[in-house]
Amino acid sequence: MISLIFSRLAQGIVTLFVLVTLTFFLVRAMPGSPYVEEKAIPAHALQRMKEYTGMDQALPVQYFRYLKNLVVHQDLGDLIKKDGVKVSEIIAESFPVSLALGVLSIGIALIIGLPAGIIAAVRKNTVVDYSCLAAAMAGICLPSFVIGPLLAVSAGLGLKSLNVAGWSSPADWVLPAFTLGLINAAYLARLARGGMLDVLSQDYIRTARAKGVSESRIVIRHALRGGLIPAVAFIGPAFAGMISGSFVIETIFQVPGMGQHFVNAATDREFFLIQGLVLFYGFLIVAANLLADLAQIALNPRLRSHS
Amino acid sequence: MVRRIALFLTPCLLLLGSCQKESQVDRATREGILLVGNSNEPKGLDPHIVSGVLESNILRALFEGLITSDPQSDTATPGGAALEMTPDPSASVWTARLRPGGKWSDGEPVTARDFAFSYERMLTPELGAKYSEMLYFLKGAEAFNKGVTRDFSTVGVEVIDDLTLRLTLRGPTPYFREIVKHYTWTAVPQHVVLKHGRIGQRGNPWTRPENLVGNGPYRLKSWRRTSHIEVERNPHYWDAANVVLNGVRFLPVTNLYTEARMFRDGQLHVTYGATPEVVDLMKKEDPSALRQEPYVGTFFYRCNTLRKPLTDARVRQALSFAIDRKAICDNVFRGYTPAYAMTPPMGDYHPPQLAGHDPDKARRLLSEAGFPGGKGFPRLKILIASRETAATLAQAVQAMWRDTLGVEVEIENKEWNAYLVAMQELDYDIAAAGWIGDYLDPLTFLEMWTPGNGNNNTGWSSEPFVSLLQQSFQETDGKRRFELLQQAETLLVEEAPVLLVAWQARNYLLHSSVQGWNPLLLANNPYQSIKLAPRR
Repeated sequence: MISLIFSRLAQGIVTLFVLVTLTFFLVRAMPGSPYVEEKAIPAHALQRMKEYTGMDQALPVQYFRYLKNLVVHQDLGDLIKKDGVKVSEIIAESFPVSLALGVLSIGIALIIGLPAGIIAAVRKNTVVDYSCLAAAMAGICLPSFVIGPLLAVSAGLGLKSLNVAGWSSPADWVLPAFTLGLINAAYLARLARGGMLDVLSQDYIRTARAKGVSESRIVIRHALRGGLIPAVAFIGPAFAGMISGSFVIETIFQVPGMGQHFVNAATDREFFLIQGLVLFYGFLIVAANLLADLAQIALNPRLRSHS
Repeated sequence: MVRRIALFLTPCLLLLGSCQKESQVDRATREGILLVGNSNEPKGLDPHIVSGVLESNILRALFEGLITSDPQSDTATPGGAALEMTPDPSASVWTARLRPGGKWSDGEPVTARDFAFSYERMLTPELGAKYSEMLYFLKGAEAFNKGVTRDFSTVGVEVIDDLTLRLTLRGPTPYFREIVKHYTWTAVPQHVVLKHGRIGQRGNPWTRPENLVGNGPYRLKSWRRTSHIEVERNPHYWDAANVVLNGVRFLPVTNLYTEARMFRDGQLHVTYGATPEVVDLMKKEDPSALRQEPYVGTFFYRCNTLRKPLTDARVRQALSFAIDRKAICDNVFRGYTPAYAMTPPMGDYHPPQLAGHDPDKARRLLSEAGFPGGKGFPRLKILIASRETAATLAQAVQAMWRDTLGVEVEIENKEWNAYLVAMQELDYDIAAAGWIGDYLDPLTFLEMWTPGNGNNNTGWSSEPFVSLLQQSFQETDGKRRFELLQQAETLLVEEAPVLLVAWQARNYLLHSSVQGWNPLLLANNPYQSIKLAPRR
């Protein structure tokens, strides 16, 4: 168990290093430049601006300087286009918003998705199953930029107590959390159904039935733990994805989260911001995967003996 | 038990019910706070560093220039930080008499030294201010900014006393009052800037919310990135007694559809824009909220005049005469007007009526250039950025050229940044572009076409054009000066390095409770004169 954690941690550090290096060079290989604007910047001003951010140096110098700042000073650098603003400030301001939204939506996803999947599996090939499956399929196929505005117009404009956009009161959390939650609920429902069906067809369930154990006890006591393993494996990375924000949701509902920065940093060529965000996201994924592994071990005794 | 629950729930429901009645706009109206959709997060609040329209919307509340904008008139030049600005007979030396008792928002007096310091800071090469060209009207400013000399006394800025500033310009500039309205000419507080850093230091933290000091009608109250910026009354403002509005909250809503939904849901008093779909919807639903106003902006296509066959002026003219501008304005844009010159009509300047739709002339010119009926004409590309109506417009122009001239062009769609790079490196045939004027003078639309100007990007250069502009720089008579600029503009439109399409309009939504928000060409409505009246 301990050795597993250590090996995963070591793998995680190597992953993050590769991620930092790849991102650093890939963003600089993009066409375009952070210093291009609609109005041309005069050459002499451009030179000063590059000196200020260190972008006038050769690429290897920039790379080692970045690594040094990262490792020695834990400094993710400054924004290129917004003077004096640190990448860490942007993450520190926007991450709590995304975290709140992510936790809410994963809650909604779990509350809707898991029961739907379990019920569909138990009532296999009935109307209940088909309607759950159809709803889940629709949830997967309809992108958030369709569901979001639909919800905003129908619920936001319809109900006085809900705002169509913004992030100033708890009521503002409802629509974005639902939009993000519904999409993930769809995935969870399908995974939970598949996992449950798999377990329910196993010999030990048949034995339990033969022994006369009640159907509800079979599902809750015997099948649930094993049946939810695929869903749990999905929740880890999905959670990391949800708490790091969603560009589409944040744009539609004007949420000051982290997701918009991922996209805008790329289009604005905010190199240090992209690097910082990717590193932070990578860190979340590594951590979430580690936690998901531990959760799976807790659920699955067979994995425990292997490790 | 049931009764206890009911006893607990009733006040909660009542509270919820009372919250529901009032929308954000209604509450803000009651509190005297204007809710403004401002498109995006500002790049900063340092008037010497930023260069965008959305930043200027906020700076207008926080800083006041020597001359300020009038709530009703485009051409009026009421005193701001200065009581008045008076020119010498040649209009090349201007004396500003500062307002006695003018104060910064921390209570310190605003002096002529603050203005002199500000102009020195903006022009200090180390600062790398990208908009420093706006100050090149000052004698010696360009040389100082480009590092030719390090001696600021060579620049035409002179502090006579605490309240008198003398500005010596590079030549006669009768329209100088119009220029100093621009935010690059506002002062920054010397004592605050120097407290937090050196004069030429980038990233000086003086504009952080806890440090920022200005001389405008409002001061910064709170700033939450990508959420809002709020300004409140500045008690030290010289005209504080006459400031009606208590504050302004700027919301960086990037998506125009989200913005329109927020407006319809009662979350905004005024939006940054309105897409054609929103314009059409509002015309049906709530026409009184829709505002369509002229704006000093031009939409056009740049031609790369260094690439064949666009090197031939006749080819460019043929392409220009084949564009049916009226059809485009009627069907693609909303509220735009056909552009017959580069400069939209402004004040006393009337641009020459030249560019137009003339299919016969277009065909004749193309055949004279050696491509009768479009035969042998190479397949050119129209470069566009995937934004707004650019694609629809390019398709319309593509069809017009095919039908009128028999010329086939392709549309090349690039991501915004890559599009800008391609245009600035002249790596294109024909490119969609727009230009918004900085101040109300035709020069802001004409000077960019001189060779070597960073915004020319067409490869076009014309000796007579430059010479006409040079003459206008020396002309003291306003009327004669406009004639020279009209001649220069005639030359530009006839040579057609740019194919003019439309003069822009500003489409946006305005709540019925907002009073005193008048149509202004530069859309620089002063907030302090706006009133909010609750609807009956």
